[in-house]
Amino acid sequence: MIRTEEMTISMGPQHPATHGVLRFIVKTDGEVLHEVKPDVGYLHRSMEKIAEKVGYISFQPYTDRIDYVCAMTCNHAYAMAVEKAAGISAPERAEYLRVIASELNRISSHLIMAGVMAMDIGAFTPFIHAIRERETVNDLFEMLCGARLTYNYVRIGGVSFDAPANFKEKCVEFLNHFEPIIDEFNRLISFNKIYVERLANVGVVSREDAIAYNLVGPNLRGSGVRFDVRKDIPYSIYPKIDFNVPVGIGEAGKVGDCYDRYMIRIREMKESCKIVRQALEQMPEGEIMAKVPRKIKPPVTEVYSRCESARGDMGFYLVSDGTDKPYRLKIRTGSFSAMSIVEKIAPGLMIADLVAFISSLDVVAPEVDR
Amino acid sequence: MIQQLSLLFPMLPMWLVQAIWCGVVAVLLLTFFSLFAGPVSWLERRIAGRIMSRIGPNRVGPQGIIQWLADGVKNFLKEDLIPRDADKILFRFAPYPVFLGVTLTLVTLPFSSLLIGADLNVGLLYIVGAWGLVVIGLIAAGWSSNNKWTLLGGMRSAAQMISYEIPLVLSLLVVVLMSGSLSLQTIISSQGASPVEWFIFSNPFAFIAFVIFMISAVAEGNRTPFDLPEAESELVAGYNTEYSGMRFLFFFFAEWGNLYVIGALAASLFLGGWQIPAGWRNFASAQGPILPHVFEVLMFQLKTWIWVLLIIQLRWTLPRLRVDQLMKVSWKYLTPFAFVSIVGTGLWMVVFPEGWLFMKYLLLFSMLAVIGYFVWRAIWQLRFTKSKADFKLIV
Repeated sequence: MIRTEEMTISMGPQHPATHGVLRFIVKTDGEVLHEVKPDVGYLHRSMEKIAEKVGYISFQPYTDRIDYVCAMTCNHAYAMAVEKAAGISAPERAEYLRVIASELNRISSHLIMAGVMAMDIGAFTPFIHAIRERETVNDLFEMLCGARLTYNYVRIGGVSFDAPANFKEKCVEFLNHFEPIIDEFNRLISFNKIYVERLANVGVVSREDAIAYNLVGPNLRGSGVRFDVRKDIPYSIYPKIDFNVPVGIGEAGKVGDCYDRYMIRIREMKESCKIVRQALEQMPEGEIMAKVPRKIKPPVTEVYSRCESARGDMGFYLVSDGTDKPYRLKIRTGSFSAMSIVEKIAPGLMIADLVAFISSLDVVAPEVDR
Repeated sequence: MIQQLSLLFPMLPMWLVQAIWCGVVAVLLLTFFSLFAGPVSWLERRIAGRIMSRIGPNRVGPQGIIQWLADGVKNFLKEDLIPRDADKILFRFAPYPVFLGVTLTLVTLPFSSLLIGADLNVGLLYIVGAWGLVVIGLIAAGWSSNNKWTLLGGMRSAAQMISYEIPLVLSLLVVVLMSGSLSLQTIISSQGASPVEWFIFSNPFAFIAFVIFMISAVAEGNRTPFDLPEAESELVAGYNTEYSGMRFLFFFFAEWGNLYVIGALAASLFLGGWQIPAGWRNFASAQGPILPHVFEVLMFQLKTWIWVLLIIQLRWTLPRLRVDQLMKVSWKYLTPFAFVSIVGTGLWMVVFPEGWLFMKYLLLFSMLAVIGYFVWRAIWQLRFTKSKADFKLIV
């Protein structure tokens, strides 16, 4: 008699497809998955507890480390939360610089996602091409604030440095260069027959599931829900800017499959280019930092600020007890909720599909655990 | 050749002459194999670098051309790790069938009308049989490592190689049907130097067979888009996850050697092998007895290298298929079409015993049109890339 049984495999924490230190406990029947349990916590750094100890201003650099692939929006969301609590309002020019930085960071983050997605499907070349373009975005950030990964650029009450004199022209130069590159990238990989076949109809997240599992950002929009914090709960200068919110339409298969989530990001890069162009045009001269007291002591209050990060709705829930340290700071990130849906969708997929599904959710390990 | 040698050394017994001759040929072929597999690994990395807009290895020797030697020495010096719970005998044994399977095929590859290890009358059958050894090594490596990822890799390689062997052999049968022989020299002799005399253009079904042959040969060689057994983003590194040092090298040695075998088979079975035009042959024969063979070897290498370079380019352009898609391609498309091409070729040979020249030219020109379109697209893309390549944001 041949005895058959399920095989339990530990996928991660060291595995090329888990982008950092994620772990999945996978039960498979050969190639077909029967059960996938995400095991999070390998990158937990007690961010929220640290916030209670170091105080409002000192916590700003820590927000870079929440999601180092898209650090600007984390900075932005935290700064907005504290500003809301303490009643500080940033100058107009600072708001423009924040949006420009956030959108450039969204481009670089989505570039990584698109490249890694292609690499997980087995094509190595698009990854290198994406990283090459990302370097240029990093150069722009270096112009802005001197850092290339953890920027600490958006501060409470404004931004740390004003844009240098030639920033606008360099930025436009980059955008002119970059927009045709997206089309080249599409020709190289997005419309490749094998690539489309690998992603279409794989890991379909229905509209209801996406809402029930609290997916946010591109993952939610990939399932056909038109929700974008920039449009629906506008903050900063986004109401003044004209841009579209791409939504998954199931162009290669069903709505909410991996290909939809991938193409949303490609389209969002183009929209981000549009936003940066407009913001550069409209940006006024003036102050970049509001008057902020040396020790911020917000009144006893509770605030929640939301910001559209590259991985979706990023929220900071801040409880202040009137001292210079937060009483409680809760960080709500998109990757964590994205991890929870893996357990629901993955059974029945194949191992290769799981890899594609995880990278289509664009999970970043430090953001899962904080 | 052996007869002449035994006449030269009449004091030696026949079997000894044969044994010595076999040894000499084996050493020559292995040397050739190493001299191919090494530099082609460097070449592949350089081409990959170009495609990815980076540089690639360029430090060891001029343009990094002896990088492969440095890598080889490095790998030989590394510790030969064997996992504690591995099946030690099988683990040690596994790289050799892989290596052997590829090197054995070299014996019947005809480099010129004279240069051939052994012109077996069942040459093609021998090649297919020897090639089949590779899968034993891969399964053994996957099983013996006592690692679930390698096991999955081994299973994938078994499924893949067995299912792709069928369309491969069926497409080879088309050639056998047309030439009436399994010997590679006879197959080449029944083709000519001009493209319309090649088997690939002799009828539309042979053309289909050639496409099937190329696809399944790439799958047999575990190259992208069929590199599932070692899919690094899914299975860590597939069957060779636990290997290190020299044994690890053997797998890759075989992989790059495979490239040559694929190219050489495509060249000799479908593209006329070492055949050179009569004008060249007459010119060369007038210069002496060696020059025609030099021309033939060069012609054969040219045809082989075209496919080697094409497969390298494919690897760095295409993503990977999924397991079920891989099986679907083999069983639902390649195998039925291979049968169609066998039957079609048979019918064609009955209907047009002398061949139909119009169709040959039609196929030739449609092939040229495809190549022309490819070149045009490549030039267009190159211009685009050039216009972008100078972009440097000097901050």
